[in-house]
Amino acid sequence: MKVQSWGLLSNEEHLVELIDLNFKHSGKPGIPMGLGRSYGDAALNPEGAIWQTRALNHFIAFDEERGELECEAGISLREIQALLIPRGWNLPVTPGTQFVTVGGAIANDIHGKSHHTYGTFGDQVISLTLRRTDGSELLCSPEQNSELFAATIGGIGLTGLITKARLALIPCTSEWIEMESSAFNNLSEFFALSNNSVTGWESSVAWVDCVGAKAGRGIFMRGNPAAKADTKKVTERQFGLPFTPPISLVNKATLRALNTGYFQINRAKAGHSTIHYRSYFYPLDAVANWNRIYGPKGFYQYQSVIPHERAETATKEMMATIAASGEGSFLAVLKVFGDKTPRGLLSFPMPGVTLALDFPNRGAKTLELFAKLDEIVIRSGGRLYLAKDARMSRDMFETTYPRFAEFNRYRDPGISSAMSRRLLGA
Amino acid sequence: MKNIAIIGATSGIAHSCARIWATEPDVRLILIGRSQARLTLVANDLKVRSPKAAIESYEVNFTDPREVAACVTYVTSTYGLDIALFAAGVMPTQELLSTSPALASETIALNSISPALFAEPILQFFANQNRGTFAIIGSVAGDRGRKANYLYGASKAFIATYAAGLQHRFAKSAIKIVLIKPGPTATAMTAALQTDGMRMAKPEKVAQEIVLGIAKGQAVIYTPQIWRLIMAIVRKVPTPIFNRLNF
Repeated sequence: MKVQSWGLLSNEEHLVELIDLNFKHSGKPGIPMGLGRSYGDAALNPEGAIWQTRALNHFIAFDEERGELECEAGISLREIQALLIPRGWNLPVTPGTQFVTVGGAIANDIHGKSHHTYGTFGDQVISLTLRRTDGSELLCSPEQNSELFAATIGGIGLTGLITKARLALIPCTSEWIEMESSAFNNLSEFFALSNNSVTGWESSVAWVDCVGAKAGRGIFMRGNPAAKADTKKVTERQFGLPFTPPISLVNKATLRALNTGYFQINRAKAGHSTIHYRSYFYPLDAVANWNRIYGPKGFYQYQSVIPHERAETATKEMMATIAASGEGSFLAVLKVFGDKTPRGLLSFPMPGVTLALDFPNRGAKTLELFAKLDEIVIRSGGRLYLAKDARMSRDMFETTYPRFAEFNRYRDPGISSAMSRRLLGA
Repeated sequence: MKNIAIIGATSGIAHSCARIWATEPDVRLILIGRSQARLTLVANDLKVRSPKAAIESYEVNFTDPREVAACVTYVTSTYGLDIALFAAGVMPTQELLSTSPALASETIALNSISPALFAEPILQFFANQNRGTFAIIGSVAGDRGRKANYLYGASKAFIATYAAGLQHRFAKSAIKIVLIKPGPTATAMTAALQTDGMRMAKPEKVAQEIVLGIAKGQAVIYTPQIWRLIMAIVRKVPTPIFNRLNF
C-alpha cells in the first residue's frame, strides 16, 4: 500500500507488515513504524518493508509506588497520559504531539518543552527489549547491553525492533499547567528571557515570527504543573481537514498575516493563566491532520540545534537568511536545551538552542534555502534532527553526527530505511 | 459481582470489549483462550488499565468437547456467570482454504463447532439460574457467500443460524442471545487486508457498540451500524447480477 510520512513529501508503494510479539515477517529488510509522525524518511522504506507496530499495544505492569511503567512499544504517549495522569503520574518528556508511540519516542530520542529539566525521552527509559532479525531478544539498559542501549536510543529504528520498555514517570497533581507568556521584540530579548527561565520553570518554549522586517519577535511561554485541578471544563474535540487543499494554505499571500495575527493575539493575551496540559503541550493535536494545510506537495520541517557559544549569532543569521530568501515559515519554534548530554549515539539534543521551522515544499527554491541554512549549522557546530529530516546530505550527517561509525557496529543487518540508505549508505 | 466470560479473549475485538468491561464497578472478567502466553499479555494489560477489576484466565483447547465442557464447569462453579461472549475465529484466505482441506477443516472446527461446544453447557447453566446473556461474534461475511471468502462466510453463517435457533429456544425466558456481525475491523485477523490498504473500523468503536448491544440484550448487532444497511442491499442483489460483480 502507499505510505506517506508526516511531511507528505512522497507517496510510494510499500510492503506493510503488521508486527506482533512473534515478529513474523517476510524476511525483506524492514523498518519499524509506529504512528508515522516522523516528518521525513526515517520510517519509510519503499524498496523494502514497513513493520507496523500498532498491535504491540499492551500495558504490562505499573508500579504505582515507584511510578514505573512497563508497556509494549506500540502504546501511544496519549494512552499513557490518559490512563496515568488521573492516578497521579505523568511522562516527564513528551514532544509537541501525544500521537507518537513509545517505540518511536525512544528510536528518535524525542525531546520537549521540559528538556532543560528532564533531558530527553531516552533519559526516562529504565530498560527496553530489542528483537533483532536474527531471532535474538535482548534486554538493554544502562547496565545490560549498555552499548546497544545507547545505539538504540535515537537509533531511528536501525538496531532492532523495540518491543517493550520500562519507563520512569514523575508524580503529578493535576491536568493543569500554570503558564506565563510574554512577548519579546527581538532575539536578544528571547535569550534573556530564556536564561531567566532555566530554574524555577519546568517547561518553556517560544514561538517566533520569521517573516519580514519584524522577524525575531515572538511569544515566550513557560509553565509549571498546577497544584490543584482547575474547574474549567475540558473539551476533547478534534477538528480535521476533510481533504488536502490544492495549494498550500501557508504561502506568500498568507504568511505575513498569519504571523502578525498570531503575534498580536498572543501579545494581547500575555500574562498568567491556568491552562490544560493538552492545550499547553500539544496545541496542534487539536487539528487531526494539520500537515495537510501545506497542500499536495507537502512540507519540510527544518530543525537545527546550535551550541550555546554560537547560538545567538547563528540564530540571527538563519533568521536573516530566511527573511531574505522570500521563503517563510509560520510554525517557527525556539527552545533552549538543558546541559544534559543525551544517552544515544545519534541523539539530537546538545547544550544550545534549537530552532524548528516548517516550510511548504516549493521544490528547488526551498532546497536552496536549506543549503544556506546547512552551511550556518555546520559552521556553528550544530546539527539537524533526524526525526524531521528528509534531505540532509550524507556529508553533513557524518560531520555533525561524529559517532555514526560507532553506531554502525550495532545496526541490525536485516533493517534498512530510506533514511539509513541516504545517510549511512545502507 | 458481575462475571463475564470472554471466550477467545486475545482477539482484537474481544480485548477491546474487555478494556471497556474492566472499567465497570464490581466486575470479574474470565479470559478464555488457546494460549496462556497471550492470555497473560491481555490479562496484564487489563490489570494495568483497571486495577480494581478481577481478571482470571483459563487456557483450553477450543475444539476438544471434553476440555471445553470442563472449562465451562470450572468457570460456572467457581465464579458463576452473567455474560459470555464468544469471540474466537480465524480467517485464512479462500485460496489457502481451497487448497488445504486440513486448514478448511480446522477453520470450520474453530469458527463453527467450537462456539456450539461452549454454548450448550453455558446455556444449560443460564437455564438453571434463569438468567444470563450469551453473545456470539458472527460476521457480515455470513450474510451472503462471495468468492473471496465463502468458506469463512459459511462458517459464520452457521453461527447466524445457530444463534437464531437459540433465540427461538429461549424466547420465553430471561436469557438473551446476542448475534454480533462486525464489518471489516482492524485486528490481527484482517492484517493482510489492512496492509493491502482496505479501510477498516477501529476495534475500539466496534467494541463500544458490542458492549452496549449486549447490555441491552439486542438480538442482532451490526457494527459499525452502517453494515446493517449495506448487507440489506447486498442480500437483495439478484443472483445473476451478483455473480457478475467482482468483490
